[in-house]
Amino acid sequence: MPSTPRTAETAATGAALLEVAGLDTVFATPEGEVRAVNEVSFTVAEGESLGVVGESGSGKTQIFLSIMGLLAANGRASGAARFRGRNMLELDRAALNQVRGNRMAMVFQDPMTSLNPYLTVRRQLTEVLVQHKGMSEGAALAAAIAMLKQVQIPEAERRIEMYPHEFSGGMRQRVMIAMALLCQPEVLIADEPTTALDVTVQAQILELIGELRRASHTAIILITHDLGVVAGLCDRVMVMYAGRTVEEGPVRDIFYSPRHPYTAGLLHSLPRLDETKAERLVAIPGQPPNLQRLPQGCAFQDRCPRCQPLCRSERPMLRQIEPGRTVACHRAES
Amino acid sequence: MSAAPILSVHDLRVHFPIGGGLLRRSKKMLKAVDGVSFDLRPGETLGLVGESGCGKSTLGRGLLRLLPNVAGRVVWLGQDLAKMPPEALRQRRHDMQIIFQDPLASLNPRMTVGEIIAEPLRTFHPELLPTEIKRRVQEMMTKVGLLPQQINRYPHEFSGGQCQRIGIARAMINNPRLIVCDEPVSALDVSIQAQIVNLLMDLQRDTQMALIFISHNLSVVRHISHRIMVLYLGRVVELADRELIYSSPRHPYTQALISAVPLPDPDQERQRRRVVLPGDPPSPLDPPSGCLFRTRCTRATDLCAREAPTLVPAGPGQEVACHHWDR
Amino acid sequence: MTEATMTSAAAPEEFVGRSLWADAGRRLLRNRAAVASIILLSAITLAAVLAPYLSPHPYDEVYWDFIAWPPDLENGFYFGTDENGRDLFARTLYGARVSLMVGLLATLVSLVIGVLWGASAGFIGGRVDATMMRIVDILYSLPFIFFVILLTVVFGRHIVLMYVAIGAVSWLDMSRIVRGQALSLKRKEFIEAAVAGGVGPFAIIRRHIIPNTLGPVVVYMTLTVPNVILTESFVSFLGMGVQEPDTSWGVLISEGARTMETAWWALVFPAIFLALTLFCFNFIGDGLRDALDPKDR
Repeated sequence: MPSTPRTAETAATGAALLEVAGLDTVFATPEGEVRAVNEVSFTVAEGESLGVVGESGSGKTQIFLSIMGLLAANGRASGAARFRGRNMLELDRAALNQVRGNRMAMVFQDPMTSLNPYLTVRRQLTEVLVQHKGMSEGAALAAAIAMLKQVQIPEAERRIEMYPHEFSGGMRQRVMIAMALLCQPEVLIADEPTTALDVTVQAQILELIGELRRASHTAIILITHDLGVVAGLCDRVMVMYAGRTVEEGPVRDIFYSPRHPYTAGLLHSLPRLDETKAERLVAIPGQPPNLQRLPQGCAFQDRCPRCQPLCRSERPMLRQIEPGRTVACHRAES
Repeated sequence: MSAAPILSVHDLRVHFPIGGGLLRRSKKMLKAVDGVSFDLRPGETLGLVGESGCGKSTLGRGLLRLLPNVAGRVVWLGQDLAKMPPEALRQRRHDMQIIFQDPLASLNPRMTVGEIIAEPLRTFHPELLPTEIKRRVQEMMTKVGLLPQQINRYPHEFSGGQCQRIGIARAMINNPRLIVCDEPVSALDVSIQAQIVNLLMDLQRDTQMALIFISHNLSVVRHISHRIMVLYLGRVVELADRELIYSSPRHPYTQALISAVPLPDPDQERQRRRVVLPGDPPSPLDPPSGCLFRTRCTRATDLCAREAPTLVPAGPGQEVACHHWDR
Repeated sequence: MTEATMTSAAAPEEFVGRSLWADAGRRLLRNRAAVASIILLSAITLAAVLAPYLSPHPYDEVYWDFIAWPPDLENGFYFGTDENGRDLFARTLYGARVSLMVGLLATLVSLVIGVLWGASAGFIGGRVDATMMRIVDILYSLPFIFFVILLTVVFGRHIVLMYVAIGAVSWLDMSRIVRGQALSLKRKEFIEAAVAGGVGPFAIIRRHIIPNTLGPVVVYMTLTVPNVILTESFVSFLGMGVQEPDTSWGVLISEGARTMETAWWALVFPAIFLALTLFCFNFIGDGLRDALDPKDR
């Protein structure tokens, strides 16, 4: 049941840009219903960057596909996702198209499949501007070239006439980012933007996103499983498990004093580049749960070192433990 | 670990001809691996790192002779694999195994787990009775963390991490002396990666087998390896003991690589200064002359364009291929 | 599924896995057309097997008083008689025997030869593959009827000839299909794993390639059988098939066609049986193709 959003106050400057309250996403499959997203609530302020962290089945991508109206045919989202006060889930196609691509843009993991291989980059970029901003072709072309330069594509005037497959992976991702930023959106949602890229290219892209954010005060939502990426780029972090938020808070708090056993387990199990850990990594036992057969109580119960009988019978609700921090755990320690 | 090396690779090259045709002889060669040499001792883990196109996977498969177009010497237990006839090579596979990146794809979907794990046993020990085979298979399943009662299940009934365990069980059933691990944890969830890394290290400790661990994830490689080899466009740029690679990398590419890895530490991340490499790697079809890295290197000079650097010692336990490594 | 919380509980029950074939079987049974076809086909086959018991009259006896007799339940001529006065019901059922036998046996022959040929060519590759498939191409270009006529002239009209001739031709298509499958399978990682594991090439073909091609093979088989039956019908129609008094649906249709205007039953009943059988095989083939489509994995 969607209640008032239990998220903490935003630490960033502006007013709330995106307010999600009680978002539920359900998929109808031959084997029954699958709840991919379960009562998720959070807020993103202007200029803020939020990291959404989780593994496969956590629901982190489905949240934003739901908000952007990009769910598969058998999925249905309910609840509220208010962008500047308007609930995206209730908008019709036309109204939705005015927001997405324009004021809220999304960049996906695999640039090869996100770009149309049959159209030149120029067509794909100018199309966005002509469509959303009503620019003329000439003005759109100039704006597109300027944007390509801003994302540091060398020889932008020449390369804009090329086809996607003529670009390397890193450059394609830059083109995607350029396309997303063309309309100067207020929110940029990046879904695993660097997972498919080499680590040196990843460093370039992350630096680029950081710079763009500083320059244009765009809010960034970074969806990833890579905690290192989140540490560098995000102000706040939301940790997802089995379709629910298990922890949320400022980035330093999450990394230096995680409260939820899953977050703590994840951080401790990562081998670090800057220090030699003990001989054996401290691994989280078991595996991510099957969303079709979630147990009663907390979804993390079988893998949790702090599990108690209460955890098996009653599901912990997300509650605020400090200003700006929420956890969903019966045994969140101080 | 002071025993004689079980594997000695000399000047391994894997060159693929590109664009030949019926009438035209191919003009270009893709030099996926271009002159790699190293030794491997029993019980040692050698980490192979590099980015896409560096040839690490090709190297792993090439030294096991799973690819055509392999040149150079690969001396395994005293014998050169390059000169062996196919049947003799096949016999050697008893002791050299491989595990793959995609756990499910490496398992035959129509065989049960028991059959999959038993296959190497049947191949090399056809004299074993079915009861003995089953006993060994279940013993192996337990060792890798699978429930022995699931011996009759099919691969698609398992999760990714469990499928990888099955692959490991299959590779280990004949007690091999070397396992090449090709990105074994890259396709797994983060919380499962640590489990598999622990498993591999435990098994290595118990059996003293050697591992060649190929990965683009430097943190994992650092944890599991004794020595690390950094590849760039098919050539070795640095080969050093684990601690040295991370505490004092000598090659500019290694330095850039290490500095590019994001750390799960907000304060450090925001303070550190990254070495960001300009541009893109050159095309492997059209490599630069001399040192392959010179087009992106801040230290490049004319010497670098004229002469390709070879691996030279840069201190105990460390070798670099750079003309200006001591700048 | 929880991870290794391994108690040393004494030999717990072993689970039986859910194989891909079982999954496919379940999906097939949900396809109503396929299930109906399976039932109908089984009924026809059963009727053919039990022909002597089902028919009040033998198939080769001439009833001089009932020449070209219309369907007559009292006298036991359920489908009437043909122009020679032989009971059509019995002849249709006996004809079913021949047609189905030819269909199944020839298909089986084509299956065995085609699968082995195609799988080996595809997996081994290179020059061996090229040679093997060129042989297939050459055989393909031989006119089939010519071949059959040749055999008939040399060996006379004999039922076994039908099997040989038809089988010799239909394995060609099967081998191409299997070769295509083998080629795409070769790139799969579990094949590479088997090679790396030291499994010999013929063991790989037997254990890894062939079972994974059986999906399309089974589907193709169910579509080959109707082809074979039609071919046999055609050959018999031309007068080169089975010998008197044995009969097949093709022969019956051929004879029935000649007396179409005066004794329609002689054509209609065998034709219905042939058509129904072909429909059944096609529906089953379609159902199998859908059931074996690995869309959820």
